[in-house]
Amino acid sequence: MIYSISIECLQIAFVLGAAPLFVGWVRMLKCWAHGRASAGLLQPYRDIYKLFYKDVTIARNASWIFRAAPYITFGACVLAGGIIPVISTDLPLSLSADVIALVAVFAIARFFTALAGMDAGTAFGGMGSSREMMVASLAEPAMLMSVFTISLVAGSTTLSQMVHVSLSSPLVLRPSLAFALLAFALVAIAETGRIPVDNPATHLELTMIHEAMVLEYSGRHLALIEWAGEMKLFLFASLGVALFFPWGMAGVYNPLMLPVAFVSLAAKLAAIGAAIVLVETRLAKMRIFHVPEFLGIAFILATLGMLSFFMLE
Amino acid sequence: MLILILLGINLVAAAVLAATGDKRYAPEVNILGSAATFVASIFLAVQVYYEGQIIAGREFFFVDEFNVYLAVLTTFVSMTTAIFSRRYMRHEQERGRVGKVAMRFYHAMFQVFIFAMLLALLTNNAGVLWISMELATLATVLLVSLYGTPSSVEAAWKYFILCGVGIALALFGTVLLYFAAEKVLGEGSAALQWTNLASVSNRLEPTVLSLAFVFFMVGYGTKVGLVPLHNWLPDAHAEGPTPISAVLSGLLLNIALYALVRCKALVDGATGNGKAGQIMMAFGITSLLFSAFSLLRQKDIKRMFSYSSIEHMGIATFAFGLGGAVATFGGLLHMLVHSLTKSSIFFTVGHASQMHGTQEMSKIRGLIRGNPLVGWGLMLGVAAIAGMPPFGLFTSEFLILTATIKSAPYLAPLFLLGLAVAFAALLRKVMPMVFGPAPESQGSLHPAHTPVIVHMVIVLILGLYLPVFLSQWLHAAVRLLR
Amino acid sequence: MTQTLAAQINSVLAALILLTAFGLLMQRRIYGLLHLFAWQGVFLSISTAVVGYTAGLHHLYISAILTLALKVFALPYILYVLIHKLNIKKDVEEMVNIPTTMLMGIALVIFSYHLTAPVRELSTLVTKSTLAVALATVMLGLLMMITRKKAVTQIIGFLALENGLFFAATSATYGMPLVVELGVALDILIAAFIFGIFFFQIRTTFDSLELKEMEKLKEED
Repeated sequence: MIYSISIECLQIAFVLGAAPLFVGWVRMLKCWAHGRASAGLLQPYRDIYKLFYKDVTIARNASWIFRAAPYITFGACVLAGGIIPVISTDLPLSLSADVIALVAVFAIARFFTALAGMDAGTAFGGMGSSREMMVASLAEPAMLMSVFTISLVAGSTTLSQMVHVSLSSPLVLRPSLAFALLAFALVAIAETGRIPVDNPATHLELTMIHEAMVLEYSGRHLALIEWAGEMKLFLFASLGVALFFPWGMAGVYNPLMLPVAFVSLAAKLAAIGAAIVLVETRLAKMRIFHVPEFLGIAFILATLGMLSFFMLE
Repeated sequence: MLILILLGINLVAAAVLAATGDKRYAPEVNILGSAATFVASIFLAVQVYYEGQIIAGREFFFVDEFNVYLAVLTTFVSMTTAIFSRRYMRHEQERGRVGKVAMRFYHAMFQVFIFAMLLALLTNNAGVLWISMELATLATVLLVSLYGTPSSVEAAWKYFILCGVGIALALFGTVLLYFAAEKVLGEGSAALQWTNLASVSNRLEPTVLSLAFVFFMVGYGTKVGLVPLHNWLPDAHAEGPTPISAVLSGLLLNIALYALVRCKALVDGATGNGKAGQIMMAFGITSLLFSAFSLLRQKDIKRMFSYSSIEHMGIATFAFGLGGAVATFGGLLHMLVHSLTKSSIFFTVGHASQMHGTQEMSKIRGLIRGNPLVGWGLMLGVAAIAGMPPFGLFTSEFLILTATIKSAPYLAPLFLLGLAVAFAALLRKVMPMVFGPAPESQGSLHPAHTPVIVHMVIVLILGLYLPVFLSQWLHAAVRLLR
Repeated sequence: MTQTLAAQINSVLAALILLTAFGLLMQRRIYGLLHLFAWQGVFLSISTAVVGYTAGLHHLYISAILTLALKVFALPYILYVLIHKLNIKKDVEEMVNIPTTMLMGIALVIFSYHLTAPVRELSTLVTKSTLAVALATVMLGLLMMITRKKAVTQIIGFLALENGLFFAATSATYGMPLVVELGVALDILIAAFIFGIFFFQIRTTFDSLELKEMEKLKEED
C-alpha cells in the first residue's frame, strides 16, 4: 500500500514537472521544422515562473467563478494525472476512478474554464466559450466511444486494468484498436486545442477557441491555466500511450521496471511530439464550420472500431 | 449440340447485324436469325417432348419442360417482333428518329438480348443465370435510350441503375445459395447447378436459404417489376422503340419470373414452411392492386400498357406463390398468354402512335376508321388482356381465381377487385381511341399485320381449348415445381 | 502463414474495406472518390489473395488479379478519362448532410450484422466473420447511390456495391465458381462501357451530369 501511494505521488509529481518539458519539446521541434531558432526546451518553465511573479488583474464585474476556475482546472488536471497510468499501473486512484470518471474530470475542467470565459463579460470570452463547448459536445461522445472500444477488448473500464490486459496478452492484429486509435488521435487534437482544430499560438480574433476564453487572465491565474493546458496535452499523449502502446510500463510491485518505464515513456512521447509537429506543419487550421465534420469522422471511426470488435473479433 | 446451335445463331446474327444493320436487307437478316432460332427451339422442344429432360455440355445446359416452353415462347415472340420491327423501324428511319449507327446497334443488340434470355433459360448454373440476366439488362439499356431524347435517356438511366442494384442483390442471394449448397455438394460449379440443387434441396440449410430468398425476391423481383420495386419499368418500357417495349414486357419479365420461381422451388424444398410462397403472394397481390389503380391515371399509351404488364406479372407471381397444381398451372399458362397478348398489343400501339406522331392517349383517336387492322388489333388485344372470354387470359385468370378461392379465400376479393379495376380502366382508356371518327392529324402507314394476327389467333385458340401436347407439357412443368 | 494470422490479416482488410466504404460516403471530391474506390479494390484484391493462399484455392489468385486489373486500374482509369473529357466540376454535393449519412451508414452496418448472424453461426470458414462487413459494404454502396445526385458518384456507389458483393463471395464461400466470377467481371466491364456512353448521352441531352435535371418522368396527376 505504501508502495503504491508513493508511486502515485511520484507519478503526479512527474506529470507536473514533465508537462512543460513536453510542450517545450514540441515547440522546439516546430521551430526547427519552420527553420527558426528555438527558445530552448525549458522556455515553458520560464514562462510559468515569470507569470507567477506578475500581478493579477481581475475585471471589476468578475465573480468568484473567475477566481476559482484556474484552481479547479489545475486541480482537475492533477487529479487526472493520478488516474492515468503514466509510468506504472499500480495506482490506487486509477482503481477508484475509471475511464468514464476521467472523461468527467476533464469535462469539469473545461466547464469551469468556459464559465470563467463568459464571467468577465467580454465578447471574446463568450465567443471562445461557446466554440469550446461546441467542440467539446462533439468530442466527448467520440472520446467515450473510442475508449469503450478498448474497454471492450480489455473487458474493463478501469485504466490500470486495461493497460494490464494489453501488457499481458500476446500481440494480435485488431482492426477495432486501429479504428479506436485513429478516433482517439482526432479527438485528442480537438481536446487539446491543436492544429487543425485550434491553434494554440494564435491570438487572431476570429480563429481562436481556447485562447479566447482565457484572454482575461493574468499573473498566477494565467500561469495555472497554462500549466494545466500543458498537463492536458501531456496527459492525452500518455493516455494514448497507455491505451495503445503500453509496452515498457511498470506493473504491480515492480520498482525495478520504473527506470525502463521512464525511458520508454520519454521515447514514446518524443515520437508523439514529432508526430504532432509533422501534422501541424503540414495542415492548416480548418474553418470552424468544418470542426463538426472532423469530429463526426472521429465518432464514426470510434463506432466502426466498436462494431468491428463485434463483427470481426 | 442443338442448344449450342440455338444459342450460336443469335450470336452469329448479332455479329452480322453489327456490321450490316443499317443496310436495306438488315431487317430481313434479323427476321431470318430469329426464325432460325425459333426452328431450333422447336426441335429442342420436340426432343424434350419425346425424351424428357436433357442435360448437355458437361452439365452446363439443361432443358426440362419448364424452361423449354419458355424458350419456345421467347424465340417465337422474338421472331414475330423482328417481323414487326421491319416495318416499324423503317418508318422510324423515314421520320429521321434513328440514324445508321443506331440501326446497326439496334439490330445487333436485339439479337444479343435474345441470346442472353435464352442463355438465362437454358443454363444449368444459377450463377450463369444471374450473369445472363444482367447481360440482358445491359443489352437493352442503350436500346431504351436509342432516340436520345431527354426522357428516354432518363428512363434508360433509371432502368440501368435500379435494375443494376436489384440484380446485384440477387447476386448476393446467389452467393448465399452457393454458401449453403457448397456444404452439401462440395466446391465448384456443381454446387450451383439447378439439377443438383433440386435433388438435395431438403438438405440445404433453411436459415441461409430463407435469407437468400429475401435477396432473390428483391433482386429478381425488381426485374419482374413487382411493386414497390417497379419504378423503372413504366419509364423503360414506354420510352424505348416499340419492338423493344414488346420484348421487354413480353419476354424479359417472364425470364425474371422464371428465375424467381426456380429459386422459390429450392427454398421451399429447404424450409418446407411455404414462407417464400407467402412473400411472393404478398408482392403479387400488391402489384396487381397498385398497378390496376395506376392504370386509371395514365396518359401515355405505352406507359399504360407497361402498368398492365406489372399487373399481369403480379398475377403470375401471386399464382406461383399460391402453389398447388391448379395455381401453378394457371401461372404458367398466364405467362404464356400474357407474353403473346402483350407483345401483340405493343405492335398495334406502336403503329397507332406512329400514325398520330405521339404516345398521348388523348390525341390518338379513331383507329378503326384510320386503319382497321391496328384498331381491331388493339381492341381485341385489350379485350384479351383485360381477361374477357374467350381469350386465353380468361382461362388462366379463372384457374388462378379458382385456386385462390380454394386455398386463400380471403385474398379472392382483392384479386377480383384488382382484375375489375384493371378491366374498367383499360376499356375506358381504349374505347375512345379505337372508335369514333379519325382526326385530321392521323397519318396513314403500312402496318405489319402478320405478327398481330398470328398472336391474337393463338391467344384465341388457347382460350377455346388447350392442345393436348401443351397441357401435358404444362402439367409436367407443374410437377417439376412442386 | 498460420490460419489465425491469416484470419487476423483478413479481418484487418475487412475493416479497411468498410472504412473505405464510409470514406466514399463522406468524400466530397470526385478524384478523392476515385482514389478511395481504387484503394477499396486494392484491399479487396489482397484479401482475396490471402484467402486463396490459406485455403489453397488457386482460382482465387485469378480472381484477385482480375480484381486488381479491373477495380484498381481499369475502372478508375475509365472514370478518370471520362471525368477529364467531360470536364466535370471537381466538387460533388450530397443530398443529405454528412453526419446524418454517417449515422444511417452505422445503422446499416448494425443491420447487416444482425442479418448475417444465422450464416455466421453456421460457417466453419476462417473468413466467416467478414460476411457482415461484405453485406454492410453492399448496403453502404446502396446508401451512396441514394444520397448522391450526380451520375458519376452514383456509378461509383454502384461499383462499391459490386465490391461488397465480390467480398461476400470470397468471405462467405471462398469464392464463387470461376465461370461465375469471370462472367460477373465481364458484366461489370460491359456496364462500365455502357455508363461511359451514358455520360455522354446525358451530357448532350441535359447539358450537365446532375441527376436532378432528370425528374421529368413522374406520375402526373
